[in-house]
Amino acid sequence: MIGFLSTAGAGEPSFWLPSQSSTIAQRVDSIWEFILWLSVFFFALVVVLGARFALKYRAARGQGTQATTDHNTILEVVWTVIPTILVVILFWVGFRTYIDMSTPPENAYEIQVTGQKWQWLFTYPNGYVDENLHAPVDTDVVLVMTSEDVIHSMFIPAFRTKQDVVPGRYSKLWFNATETGEFDIYCAEYCGTSHSDMLAKAVIHPQDEFEPWLAEASNLHGRFPPVEIGEMYYKRFGCKQCHSLDSAPGIGPTFQGLFGTMERLTDGSSVLVDENYIRESILNPQAKVTEGYAPVMPTFQGRFNDQDITAIIEFIKSVE
Amino acid sequence: MTDSHGSEGHPAHLQHHFDNDRQQFSASKLGMWLFLATEILLFAGLFVAYAVYRSNHPEIFIYASQFLDTTLGGINTMVLLLSSFTMAWGVRAAQLGQKKLLVSLLAITLLGGFGFLGIKYVEYEAKWKHGLLWGVNFNPASHDDHGEDAGHAAVEAEEVAPAPVVTEAVTPEGLKFEPTVVPPSATGPAGTVEPDDGVDHDTGVQPENVQIFFGIYFLMTGLHGIHVLVGMSLIFWILLKSMGGAYGPKYFTPVDLVGLYWHLVDLIWIFLFPLLYLIH
Amino acid sequence: MSTAATTRDSNYLNVTKGALSWLLTLDHKRIGILYLVSILSSFFLGGMMAMLIRTELLTPGDTIMTADQYNQVFTLHGAIMIFLFIIPGIPAALGNFVLPLMLGAKDVAFPRLNLLSWWLWITGAFIAVASILINAVDTGWTFYTPYSTTTGTSVTLIVTGVFILGFSSILTGLNFIVTIHKLRPKGMTWFKMPLLLWGLYSTAIIQVLATPVLGITLLLLAMERIMGIGIFDAALGGDPVLFQHFFWFYSHPAVYIMILPAMGVISELISVFSRKHIFGYKFIAFSSIAIAVFSFLVWGHHMFTSGQSELVNMIFSALTFSVSIPSAIKVFNWLATMYKGRIQLDTPMLYALSFLFLFTIGGLTGLFLATLATDIHLHDTYFIVAHFHYVMFGGTVIAFLGGLHYWWPKMTGKMYNEKLGRIACLILFVGFNVTFFTQFVMGSRGMPRRYFHYQEEFTSLNQLSSLGSYIMAVAFFMIAGYLLHSLAKGRKAPANPWGANSLEWHTTSPPPFDNFDGREMQGVDPYDYTGWKYDESIEGYVPVGGGDGSRDSR
Repeated sequence: MIGFLSTAGAGEPSFWLPSQSSTIAQRVDSIWEFILWLSVFFFALVVVLGARFALKYRAARGQGTQATTDHNTILEVVWTVIPTILVVILFWVGFRTYIDMSTPPENAYEIQVTGQKWQWLFTYPNGYVDENLHAPVDTDVVLVMTSEDVIHSMFIPAFRTKQDVVPGRYSKLWFNATETGEFDIYCAEYCGTSHSDMLAKAVIHPQDEFEPWLAEASNLHGRFPPVEIGEMYYKRFGCKQCHSLDSAPGIGPTFQGLFGTMERLTDGSSVLVDENYIRESILNPQAKVTEGYAPVMPTFQGRFNDQDITAIIEFIKSVE
Repeated sequence: MTDSHGSEGHPAHLQHHFDNDRQQFSASKLGMWLFLATEILLFAGLFVAYAVYRSNHPEIFIYASQFLDTTLGGINTMVLLLSSFTMAWGVRAAQLGQKKLLVSLLAITLLGGFGFLGIKYVEYEAKWKHGLLWGVNFNPASHDDHGEDAGHAAVEAEEVAPAPVVTEAVTPEGLKFEPTVVPPSATGPAGTVEPDDGVDHDTGVQPENVQIFFGIYFLMTGLHGIHVLVGMSLIFWILLKSMGGAYGPKYFTPVDLVGLYWHLVDLIWIFLFPLLYLIH
Repeated sequence: MSTAATTRDSNYLNVTKGALSWLLTLDHKRIGILYLVSILSSFFLGGMMAMLIRTELLTPGDTIMTADQYNQVFTLHGAIMIFLFIIPGIPAALGNFVLPLMLGAKDVAFPRLNLLSWWLWITGAFIAVASILINAVDTGWTFYTPYSTTTGTSVTLIVTGVFILGFSSILTGLNFIVTIHKLRPKGMTWFKMPLLLWGLYSTAIIQVLATPVLGITLLLLAMERIMGIGIFDAALGGDPVLFQHFFWFYSHPAVYIMILPAMGVISELISVFSRKHIFGYKFIAFSSIAIAVFSFLVWGHHMFTSGQSELVNMIFSALTFSVSIPSAIKVFNWLATMYKGRIQLDTPMLYALSFLFLFTIGGLTGLFLATLATDIHLHDTYFIVAHFHYVMFGGTVIAFLGGLHYWWPKMTGKMYNEKLGRIACLILFVGFNVTFFTQFVMGSRGMPRRYFHYQEEFTSLNQLSSLGSYIMAVAFFMIAGYLLHSLAKGRKAPANPWGANSLEWHTTSPPPFDNFDGREMQGVDPYDYTGWKYDESIEGYVPVGGGDGSRDSR
């Protein structure tokens, strides 16, 4: 049975806290325990005294007054000074650890994070994008995060760390995981309908298995059929923010039944939506803009290779 | 009804729960000062927003403030100061029981209010025509219809002069409008771009996010304008009452309190004017 | 005014009749009752929302509603409880009734403003509640940008309502400050005021100084939505986090608007029911002022994870700890007041003891949150939810209930059933701890707040918490039942059932229209109970030497 005042350790949660799986977690937990004991002491003091007085001095209804002293300056000073000293200590230890939590070490492995309604996207140095956070154990990892829409907050309980993800700026969060395994990632800042489903996993690999994993994962074309890869890109690269799959109006034309149709362009001419047109629209979106839409699509030149584009074309073909 | 004004020794203006005039007057005055404190704090929020954005982006403020008309702003400052003076004099007149003087001073003060709002309207309209607005509505290109409306020629003369700069400056990197929309004639000859306060501004390149300045400008002056309106209604109210001879040496609390309010409105403008108009 | 003989049967409740005589009354006591009815209705509404939330959270998946409905329900629970119930709760309802009586005055300084304040409350409440019916609101009560500027729900409407409610709050605060400054009777120096008045005074200062900032914040938010002004919009060069600074600059002091009057009530209750002079009067009084001052300096502790600089976080953490000291001083003084007293465990005292217990937990858990390193983990989890419910509910609502029971005889002239009162208090106490203590555990284990779905591992804790909330509901229905029953069938209340000595107990229950039948009241030591003795026949206290009890005017 987990004791009320037991300590969390690596891999084993305590009564109060989840498993202790980062270097920072151990330090945070020792502060946690210090405050917990302090609180238990003062709580017991107040409750024991309060209950004891209430029972011991309890009197029948209709009492006159009880004359005793109504102030004692020494006592007042004592119970002002003792809490003051204690909170100064608390402040200091909390601040010290916080500074280390908020300062990413140099040469940390960097992963870009994007928060959007309602998913996390993790972009690795080689450009590969994943919906979960993968990292090697015993390694400093820094997340450079921003949001596409509203404020989100990256929260990894097992690492005792959390940082808001704000549109229009970058924020950083770092950790050094001390054990391998899967840990929960939550969005902690309320962001709308599916706020509570904006989940991900932090998957911590043994050090020598991380790079092989990344190489394997990045090789999408070896693992998935093109249509599935196209769909993945559609979700991860922001296509779905503007192009619907169900004829719903958006900032760009819907993909539903798009392939093979004739589109009227802003200059009055028409074009057949075929492989070449889609390819051109991805690499040079402003070249031929469909009538009724603003020329706002960013180029994906340099972000997709030929294989990727083929996959996207196959996906668009499949949306009927 | 339940607020029964007493019988003996309780004059009509003295409420039943006060012992005497002095107590009632000092209570009212303290209440008014507290209310003024809340007003200042209301504006304080905007001043803080101003301070935050100005310290983060001084270039926006230096660039954008040149589009405000210092002359009109200066005249408005004088108008308000003058009306504050007549208001203060009016309080004195009420205390001394000079009814006629009080009425005419209040009337002048009220006129001052109208003058201020009139000039403010002229300024707003010019901004509106030139698209010098807040947020998404910031679109300096829209000034190219100027000249079509001859009725506002005077306004144009005051306000248009710096406007062409915007177009010129925006064109290379402006995000908010398409360069092609602006006919070349609208950008005007380079000679006219000098702002009319005669100070040599570096009008070079328009910084990003100039709309932030105009958002703050309209919020601050707009909220202040609403306060001017409220102050004018109050002055109008005591003007009517004073024509009926309601105030004299024994009872002049409303005049005193409205006076305080009007001074506050004046004071806020005294801060707004340099903060918005006189930035270099 | 001096027709004392004829007013014996005439009191403020029956002096005039008809709905209009209430709706347009300038009498602070009637306005207090109007407020009481209004805020209790809001409390009922907010409580229903809470029940819906707890019922939804019985299972990890969908239970009784959709995610969007859930978001609307918790938003309304928060907005209603905070803006409609707990901020006006003690000051506007109990305070309005009691404050002039405690001062021996006939009314507050500005009775018309007082009535206006209530009507503003009604208007604001109506608009806020109308926003539920029109298009709901799903931002959470904190209205964080940019979510609040982009969501399709009626944010602008509810913000307008809250803006008006803010004015109501300002007017009440302004009225109280002036009343305390200008209408104290002869002999009542600042340090002879009952401590509740110190509590209300410091509260009023915060109301007057902080609420305007909420006003401008909400105005900016509305402008952002209506006109796209861009101050909080990152795409237009604005800063969404600036909103949080503005919002908490009001909303953190607002927490003290809620708790300071509660502490005042507790100071009264503990002294009266210990039959003993309050211990350390000046320390308690000054700690209220200290809390009011500190309250303006700590707003940034809501934003430790928002990305503000380390230096800013350090300063706010340090300042936040400073608030804990005056709070601790109060708790120790209350304990010292009980020491060697003659403690009567009547219902109001049971609430005071509950307060002591719950507020201590609320305060101590605050230490985890003021400490930067631990707050990072706990921020935006259920630990926060539990913490502020311990302070706001375990603190303020419990004190409000204690005060309500304490002044009920004075307000209504009727005694409630004491036995039921004690039982309900105990049930409430148990239900409260079951509901919210479990939430500390969920939170520290990592369950974020405002979650519609949650992980399987939190199921049993959530179910326990929901069970607790049903227990609390039972207690509240009991309280409502016996209080309403007392109106019809209750024993007639004596003028001074508890043997207290602050001036409101020196007049009849309920008081006459002008409070003291025209008597000129003098300041007394409110915690000197030697002038009263118990009279078995009326089950209340009478002055030792006969008369009206106001002779001990030193």
